[in-house]
Amino acid sequence: MTDLLLDQYQEIVGEDVINSLRQLAEPLRGTRVVHVNSTREGGGVAEILHRMIPLKQELGLEPSWEVIDGEGEFYQCTKYMHNTLQGNRLEIPQPLLKGYEETNEENAERLRGQLEEADFVFIHDPQPAPLLNLCPGRRGKWIWRCHIDVSRPYRPVWKYLRNFVEPYDASIWSLAEFAQPLHHPLYLIAPSIDPLSDKNQELSQKELQEVLKRSKLDPHRPIVVQVSRFDRFKDPLGVIEAFRLAKQFVPLQLVLAGGGATDDPEGEEVLSEVQAAAKGDLDIHVMLLPSDAHRIINGLQRISDIVLQKSTKEGFGLTVTEAMWKGKPVIGGEVGGIRLQVHNHHTGFLVNTPEGAALRIRYLLTHRDRLEEMGRKARQLVLENFLITRHVREYLTLMLAILRGTEERIELV
Amino acid sequence: MIDPFAVKDCALIAIATGERAHNLRELRDRLETTRSGCIYHHFWGGLLRPSFDDPEYQNDFAVWAYHGLHDRFLAERLALIDPTEFADMEELRRELIEIIEERLDENELVPWSSSHQQFHFIRSQIVVFDTRLRLTKPEQLKEYIAHLTVGSIFYHFVDARRRTANRGDDFSEWLKGFGNSYERLLEQIAAIDPYFKSLTELRSQLGQIFEEYLNT
Repeated sequence: MTDLLLDQYQEIVGEDVINSLRQLAEPLRGTRVVHVNSTREGGGVAEILHRMIPLKQELGLEPSWEVIDGEGEFYQCTKYMHNTLQGNRLEIPQPLLKGYEETNEENAERLRGQLEEADFVFIHDPQPAPLLNLCPGRRGKWIWRCHIDVSRPYRPVWKYLRNFVEPYDASIWSLAEFAQPLHHPLYLIAPSIDPLSDKNQELSQKELQEVLKRSKLDPHRPIVVQVSRFDRFKDPLGVIEAFRLAKQFVPLQLVLAGGGATDDPEGEEVLSEVQAAAKGDLDIHVMLLPSDAHRIINGLQRISDIVLQKSTKEGFGLTVTEAMWKGKPVIGGEVGGIRLQVHNHHTGFLVNTPEGAALRIRYLLTHRDRLEEMGRKARQLVLENFLITRHVREYLTLMLAILRGTEERIELV
Repeated sequence: MIDPFAVKDCALIAIATGERAHNLRELRDRLETTRSGCIYHHFWGGLLRPSFDDPEYQNDFAVWAYHGLHDRFLAERLALIDPTEFADMEELRRELIEIIEERLDENELVPWSSSHQQFHFIRSQIVVFDTRLRLTKPEQLKEYIAHLTVGSIFYHFVDARRRTANRGDDFSEWLKGFGNSYERLLEQIAAIDPYFKSLTELRSQLGQIFEEYLNT
């Protein structure tokens, strides 16, 4: 296999970064790494894995990606889990928890051989967490990767899940404040975006024009966009409120675009609420996009003046990273990983209310020089910190570190 | 014969310790017991992670005093600590605690942060690897410095200060092996304050100095 992918990244991040990746990967050549999550399409985790696997492969590792299968009730349970771990106080019905464990048992039957033979197993999020206990013959290191904000979980649910994740060799969290105390090292790794993917690569003017036309947007009036799943934690109704407040002062169009994820049964309900709130306003464009509409999302982010991500809870907020990579200032909720990316007055604004978001929309649209300056800084921040090359580098570092235990200094000489 | 300069690179990975502070007194208490690697991380880790914060707040303790506790007096005092001036992390720890205790004595109320702005203690593991690049003549520093990764700059110019006997940087240690030939260059390198620059700025400043003094 040629180093085609790495060569392409080199053009973006520079030769020194890629050389460094190659050197770091050298001691891990031939290492069998399996990633397990619960969906092949939709959501940030699947997007990262789509590109991380071939990259690790080019670097000489032997990575693979497995997806666990489940029925509707399994996803209903894990959605409950997702919401409660992010703070909602809900009891998960016992039959659903039983189904959750049984689904993992069924998947373990299928995956056990591969997982027990792997040198490293990365289990993403709560859905496949019980797999470790179901693989007693495991020989490698197992790492639980938590992509969500578990800073203030609903305790009974965390207590239940903790039984499954405590025995892992390590866990990975996006931010220190998300991490729950466990008896193993709690590594901190921010996620990333892929600059070569359909969602983030440069698009031609022709393609952008098509997106404008297809979305029935007026190119002569400012556009604000929020791209995210139709999920209450993303506060789409708050976005509509902010839009209406700002529109009293500046001409404006709003796009609320989101794909569904196969593991999110709540999406349809939230979408109906959003459609009801937007009804009758021709300047609000609610778009339910298929999970492979990456180029359309890319185009919507590029034709926008400002990108919003007014979440009230957020794991990391990769849609923020995507927008910043396209040189857009972001007005984001002051939560989770958005705070790591949106630096107030530098790469956008952090807000807590629809009023705050409306104020910042109005400010940016009447201070175009500041809007452009923030957009430039936003892109630079992503270039230096949130591209997949940095992410892979940290995964490699983590694997090397875990093989050496908890030593503070590891010399690979 | 002087040994060639072995160019190394490094990668840091952060680990949450689970220790946290909600207020200034808790910060003081945790500082008494936390491992020295945490103190190192909160002073130097900022070089390898995203930041657009005010440049005068170079360490995480000062940033938290400002953003978390909204105590500008304390933030300014903490920001003035230059870790390169201390023999080791224990001395640095004592200085930190001293400043915090002084502030606690000045205030009747202990400053608190909001619940989502607690201070989280983080440590890091450093993985050092060999780039296989070897420099045999000082003039080669001029040629190669621009191509070194920020990880290499961190390792040779920052990390070196806690593993070399003189608490200096690796470039200077190597150049000293050539006798008195590079005295003025060594003075110039010593004048660079690594604490108030980003790694790319450090690389560029080193490049300028090497360019000026190593013309063949």
